[in-house]
Amino acid sequence: MLQNFDMSLVDWSRGQFALTALYHWLFVPLTLGLSFIVAIMETIYVKTGDEAWKKITKFWMTIFGINFAIGVATGIILEFEFGTNWSKYSWFVGDIFGAPLAIEGILAFFMESTFIAVMFFGWEKVSKKFHLASSWLTAIGSNLSALWILIANAWMQNPVGMHFNPDTARNEMVDFAAVALSPTAINKFLHTITEAYVVAALVVLAISAWYLLKGRDVLFAKRSIMVGSVFGLIGILMTLYTGDGSAKQVFRTQPVKLAAMEGLYEGEHGASLVAFGLMGKAEEPGNHPIRMKITLPKMLSFLATGDANAYVPGLKDQIYGNEEQGILSFQEKAERGAVALQTLRELKEAKDSDPARYKELRARFEDPQWMKDYFAYFGYGYYQGEDPALLLPNVTMTFYSFHLMVALGFWFLLVFLLALVWGIKDKLAGKRWFLHLMVWTAPLAYLATELGWITAEVGRQPWIIQDLMPNMAAVSNISATTVQVTFWLFTLTFTILAIAELKIMFKQINLGPKDGGQ
Amino acid sequence: MTAAVSYLFLQHYWWLLGSVLASLLVFLMFVQGGQTFILTLGRTDTEKTMIVNALGRKWEFTFTTLVTFGGALFASFPLFYATSFGGAYWVWMAILFSFIVQAVAYEYRKKPDNFLGTKTYDVFLLVNGLLGPLLIGTAVGTFFTGSAFRLDEMNHVIWQSPWRGLEAVANPINVVLGLTVLFLARVLGLLYLINTIDHEELYERAKKKLMTNAVIFLVFFLIFVGWLVMAEGYAYDPQDGRVFMEPHKYLHNLLQMPVVLIILLAGVVLVLWGLFVSLFKGSRMGIWHTGIGTVLTVLALFLTVGYNHTAFYPSYVDLQSSLTIENASSSYFTLKVMSYVSILIPFVFAYIWYAWKSINVRKITEEEVTSATETHIY
Repeated sequence: MLQNFDMSLVDWSRGQFALTALYHWLFVPLTLGLSFIVAIMETIYVKTGDEAWKKITKFWMTIFGINFAIGVATGIILEFEFGTNWSKYSWFVGDIFGAPLAIEGILAFFMESTFIAVMFFGWEKVSKKFHLASSWLTAIGSNLSALWILIANAWMQNPVGMHFNPDTARNEMVDFAAVALSPTAINKFLHTITEAYVVAALVVLAISAWYLLKGRDVLFAKRSIMVGSVFGLIGILMTLYTGDGSAKQVFRTQPVKLAAMEGLYEGEHGASLVAFGLMGKAEEPGNHPIRMKITLPKMLSFLATGDANAYVPGLKDQIYGNEEQGILSFQEKAERGAVALQTLRELKEAKDSDPARYKELRARFEDPQWMKDYFAYFGYGYYQGEDPALLLPNVTMTFYSFHLMVALGFWFLLVFLLALVWGIKDKLAGKRWFLHLMVWTAPLAYLATELGWITAEVGRQPWIIQDLMPNMAAVSNISATTVQVTFWLFTLTFTILAIAELKIMFKQINLGPKDGGQ
Repeated sequence: MTAAVSYLFLQHYWWLLGSVLASLLVFLMFVQGGQTFILTLGRTDTEKTMIVNALGRKWEFTFTTLVTFGGALFASFPLFYATSFGGAYWVWMAILFSFIVQAVAYEYRKKPDNFLGTKTYDVFLLVNGLLGPLLIGTAVGTFFTGSAFRLDEMNHVIWQSPWRGLEAVANPINVVLGLTVLFLARVLGLLYLINTIDHEELYERAKKKLMTNAVIFLVFFLIFVGWLVMAEGYAYDPQDGRVFMEPHKYLHNLLQMPVVLIILLAGVVLVLWGLFVSLFKGSRMGIWHTGIGTVLTVLALFLTVGYNHTAFYPSYVDLQSSLTIENASSSYFTLKVMSYVSILIPFVFAYIWYAWKSINVRKITEEEVTSATETHIY
């Protein structure tokens, strides 16, 4: 089966998507959060009439604008890449996946781009109130943009609300609410936007701390830190809360990912949570023993299920099956998936030649029991007779990404608390060590948010759509060389643009809020 | 929406919405058209700044329309999205790259310490201005002339040319349409600048350039329309969906759908009227007539290629793989859900209109772009 697939094409296509998505995500979180911070600051300006707040608003708006431009530049490709590089995917699930994208364009992108123009060009032309409303609408619009694409992503992790139509060879939507309001989607959206607020707040704190270290723009810096730390504190608390919600969802819908996140090889009752660990070398499929670890007893079972003694299946259970827990082995799933694949192929052959046979096969796709027993494992069919290790994600990468992200999350919580307390007491200027830490926490914020995506996306491999479509069956029929060329073109273009954006940002920070930005 | 609304109706409705978006996109490419003059129209720095700022306040609308067009097509005609994007890889990549560099160019060009220098960002704008309309026009040409693909039994595209879509330039009609769109964009760009900037010398220069560009545009446009009414088209049998070649198919469509013909004629008249008053009557409002005319004309052309049992994305290597609004659309349920969402579109238009008006109350002048109070200048 696998010899029919060009794995080098799959790797380069994944590489290109990862590259463009990670670049895009370097710029988006800041704009998602900063748009609200700017709106809050402008609200204070309009309420108090204090011109200093206007300057503060304008400075952060400039930073927002610089990031917004490159966010747009790196974003357009993602929308079209589903078609250019994953065209089989686009057909297989376009009936469901396309709708959120269209709604995003119609409802969110226009809101964002219309009111951002008022925000930047309207200061002297529209009333204060209309300008303020535009700033809020830009923030809401950009966050709505995030909503729809995250619904689409959540659907790939936990496909719901659809039915497979063998005639068109695609999944068709039957329940829009199930897609848009799935618990996976809600958790993912809230987790993603709130941690974007954390990134933005930490950038605000870092820049302000730098001013305090330099002893310049002190009023600006102190005010920005107050807004940033309150906003960030709310953000990080929500991020931690929704992160917990996400883990519970992953346990239910992607148990392999959860086991990989925790490096859990042997399933157990009352499984403990690895707070810190170093992974050993893989000895056999799914066996990544943790060499050194500090664990919290029973916490994993508790966090995943709410029951401290519940069974959490390990990777071994997933590969070899566990009858007691009702878990099928990869091999069994592959056999069942192969039946579904074969049925679809036979149906295609019988369509014109053998109406009776076609009718009989067609009926299976309408039989809920058959769909549950066989079609639910459709994607596994591609792996019939293959090494089960191919069905596992990169456990080491998933494990470290996840743990580092969580550790950073708690560090951010501490930073916001200290910044807020010392900010209120007006003691920050005297704590230079903490100001230095605040500056260096900003790059960690970017690291943490990218690690979150790596956990979510590497952890679900090889699935592009959980259990239904492996990434190799989703790529366009193009040559690996073609994708290599565009991969390097994107690398070059985005790197140059990112350097430009960083230089411009640093220059604007250096110029400072006195000019109100340029 | 009740069950009385048929699948076929929804397919037509979404083709109409897609066509409206496409026609708005062509109109909004006045931004790209204007960008092609970035190095030549303004003589002084201030003049150039006025041109860039006039365009820079609108570029996001064009960009957003392009992105929404992509999203709407994905959602309503996913087989087109999968086939064309996955097949004509290089054409779409070239278009996308030209828009990627545009997105940063306005914001970064005048910023201190911007790494590449103002000149480079201006070249980005020029490249986007030339390639965007040219390639999009050429790609749309294949809606009429066909592409080299085959679909397998799972509806997966297999492109038959190693050029991955770039082979479209081998057909002169595609190139003619590409050039038509490019020169139309240039004409619209000039009309927009004439309307928005209050500056005598720029106006005179723009008007001179308008004459040449309008003539070139009209020549290409007439060649395309001449070809269109004579051409054999890709028709399909509504009963069994079989695709076949029909002589004068597009002419027949116009005659069999008089409303579309009227829209087309009204559009062409408006385009010409806008050009006439701008060139010979000293009017600065020509962008309105020519702009609305452009929307109508493009709308009519898209309806011609999608309605009346016509394959809108035909394959010349395998006729039966051709895409029609019936075989390429989303399911009934998805189209229905999205149709509810589409009820909000007029509301979106309303706020765009309101916001656009409110920041366009004054024309762009030298004082504005050189003043100290205006803090956001590109």
